[in-house]
Amino acid sequence: MFDYQFFVEVLVGGLLSGVMYSLVAIGFVLIYKTSGILNFAQGAMLLFAALTFVSLVERGVPFWLSLSATLMIMVGLGITVERTVLRPLVNQSPMTLFMATLGLSYVIEGAAQLLWGTQVHGLDLGIDDVPFELGGVLISRFDLFAAAIAGALVTAFALFFRYTRTGLAFRAVADDQFAALAVGLRLSRVWAAVWTAAGIVALVAGLLWGARLGVQFSLSLVVLKALPVLVLGGFDSVAGAIVGGLLIGAIEKLAEVYIGPFVGGGIEAWAAYVVALGFLLVRPSGLFGQRLVERA
Amino acid sequence: MTRPVRSIATGWLSAPHFAPAVLLIVAYGVVPFAGSDYLLDAVLTPFLALGLAALGLNLLTGYAGQVSLGSAAFLAVGAYAAYNFNLRLHGVSFLMSLMAAGLVTAAVGIIFGLPSLRLRGFYLAVSTLAAQFFVQWALTKFGWFSNNNPSGVIDAPQLTVAGIIFTGAVGRYLFSLTVVVIATLFAIHLLRSQVGRNFIALRDHETAAKVLGVPLLRTKLLAFGVSSFFIGIAGVLWAFAYLRTVEPAGFNLDRSFEILFMIIIGGLASIRGAFLGAAFIVVFPLLLSRLGAALLGNVFDSGVLEMSQRIVIGALIIGLLIAEPRGLIALVDRLAERVLRRSPRPLPRSPQF
Repeated sequence: MFDYQFFVEVLVGGLLSGVMYSLVAIGFVLIYKTSGILNFAQGAMLLFAALTFVSLVERGVPFWLSLSATLMIMVGLGITVERTVLRPLVNQSPMTLFMATLGLSYVIEGAAQLLWGTQVHGLDLGIDDVPFELGGVLISRFDLFAAAIAGALVTAFALFFRYTRTGLAFRAVADDQFAALAVGLRLSRVWAAVWTAAGIVALVAGLLWGARLGVQFSLSLVVLKALPVLVLGGFDSVAGAIVGGLLIGAIEKLAEVYIGPFVGGGIEAWAAYVVALGFLLVRPSGLFGQRLVERA
Repeated sequence: MTRPVRSIATGWLSAPHFAPAVLLIVAYGVVPFAGSDYLLDAVLTPFLALGLAALGLNLLTGYAGQVSLGSAAFLAVGAYAAYNFNLRLHGVSFLMSLMAAGLVTAAVGIIFGLPSLRLRGFYLAVSTLAAQFFVQWALTKFGWFSNNNPSGVIDAPQLTVAGIIFTGAVGRYLFSLTVVVIATLFAIHLLRSQVGRNFIALRDHETAAKVLGVPLLRTKLLAFGVSSFFIGIAGVLWAFAYLRTVEPAGFNLDRSFEILFMIIIGGLASIRGAFLGAAFIVVFPLLLSRLGAALLGNVFDSGVLEMSQRIVIGALIIGLLIAEPRGLIALVDRLAERVLRRSPRPLPRSPQF
C-alpha cells in the first residue's frame, strides 16, 4: 500500500532542503559565471561568515550591528582575495585557479577557527521550527522561511543584474572577458565585486545552515552538497542552481526513504552524485548549461 | 604535440645516473642501520606509501590531465581488497594479495573513470567525488569488507614474502621501499612508452590527440586504471606497513586533498615531484609542531597547531602556484643547475589543462 500523504511529506521536505542547497550553489555560480573559477572556498567563506556573526552576537553585540559588521568583513575578504590570489594568477588555467581556491579554503577555515575557536555554537534566528499543517501535510516553518529568503535573494540578484551598471558589467565579463576588457571594464574591480557578492551569499547561506546544523567546522562541508547541484544545473546558470537544488533535495530524500532501507541507509552522502552523473551521461551540458560551452 | 617526446622523463634522463643510484644505496645500505625506529616508522614508511599514491595521482592528473578528487577512496579499496584476499583465500601469498589488490583498485578506478568519457575539467573533478563518498559508505555499511567488525576496522596480517617475515620498523620500511622502487621503475618505463605519450597528448590537446590517432576512450580509462593500480598498492602499504590498523574514516576527503596537494606542491607531471611533495607534506607538520613547541612552549596546543598547519599549507599552495606553478621540483632543478654550473637546459613546459 503506497502512502501518498507520506510521499508528499517527504517530497516537500526534500524540496525545501533543496532550497538550502541552491543557496550554496548560487555563490558558486556567481563566481564561475564571471571568472570561470570553480571556487572551492565557498564553503569556507560560509563557515567564516557564520562563525564571525555568531561570535559577535555571543560577545553581546546587537544583532543588526553584528550582521553589518560581518557583511563588512565579507566585503573586505572579497577584496583581499582578489588582490592576493586572483590578480597574481590572472591568465592561468582554470584548473590552477581551482587549486588556488582549494588552498584558499584551507586558509579561511584555519583562520576562522583560529580566530573564533573550534567549539560548536548554537545560532537562533528567532524562528520557531514548529511544523504546521497544510492540506494534511506537515511543513517545517523554518524551511519555509529559508525558501522565502532564498527567493528574495535570487530576485534581488536578478534585478541587480538587469538594472544596475555593475550588474551590466558582471554580465559583460561573464559573456566575454576580453571584449569586456576592450571596452574599458576594469576586470579586477568586477572580480572584487563578484567575490563580495559571493561573500554575501555565503553569509546568508551560512546563517540559515548554521541555524539548522549549529555553527561548526562541518558547515564548510555543505559545499559537497552543492557540487552535485552544480553538475546537474550547469556551473554557469543561476536558474540551473535553483532547479538543480530542488531536484537534488527531493531525489535525495526520496531515495533515502524508499531505497535506503534496502541497502542499509545512509545513502544521502552519494545518492546526489550518482543522480547527477546519470543525468549527465544522457545530457552532458546539464539542465541549463550552455550547450556550446566546452566543459573544460 | 609541440613538445618533444623525450621530455616525458627529462628529469631522469638528464640527471646524472649516479644520483638515483646513490639514493638507492643510502636507502638500502645506510638508513636501515642508522635510522631510529621513530624515523623509519613515523616518517619514512608513511612517506613511501603516500609518495607512491602521489605518483599514481600524478600519472592521472599531471600526465593525462584528468583531475581526481577521490584518491583516498582508491587507497581504501587497495587496503581492504588486500585484507580480504589475505583473509579469505588460503594459500595465496601476500605478494599475490598485493598484486590482486592493485588490480581490484584498477577495476574500481576504471568504473569511476567512466564519466571522463563525457565530462571534462571541473565536471569530471566533481564526479570523482562520487568515488570518495561511495567507497567510504560501502566499507562502513557492509560488514563483509571488514570481516564484520562493527566499526569497519581491519588489522593487518604479518608481511610475509617467500618465507621472509618483515617485522619491526626496519622490516616494514624495507618492504615498502622495495615495493615503491619496483613500482617507480614500472611507472618510468610506462611513461616512456606509447602509453605515456598518449597520456600527454590527451592532456595537451584532446582534439589534436584524436586527430593523431590516439584512442581517447582507451587512453582515458587506462589512465584511470593505471593510476588507481598504483594508489591501490600505496593503500596496502599505508594500511599494512604503516598504520597496521585502519578504518574507513581514515580515508576521507582530506586525505584525497592531501595527495592532490603533494603533486601540486611537488610538481605536476614529474615522478620526482610526487615524492618531493609527499616528503614535504609528511615532514612539514612534524617540523611545524617542533617549531611551535620550541618557540611558544605550551601555548601552542594541538588545536591551534592544526589550524595554523591548515593556514600555512593553504597559503603555501597559493604562493607556490603564483611563484612557480611547476612546483618545488622546478625550484630544485634550477638550484641544482646553478650549483653544477651546467649549461641550462630548456625547462619542460608546465602542463596545461
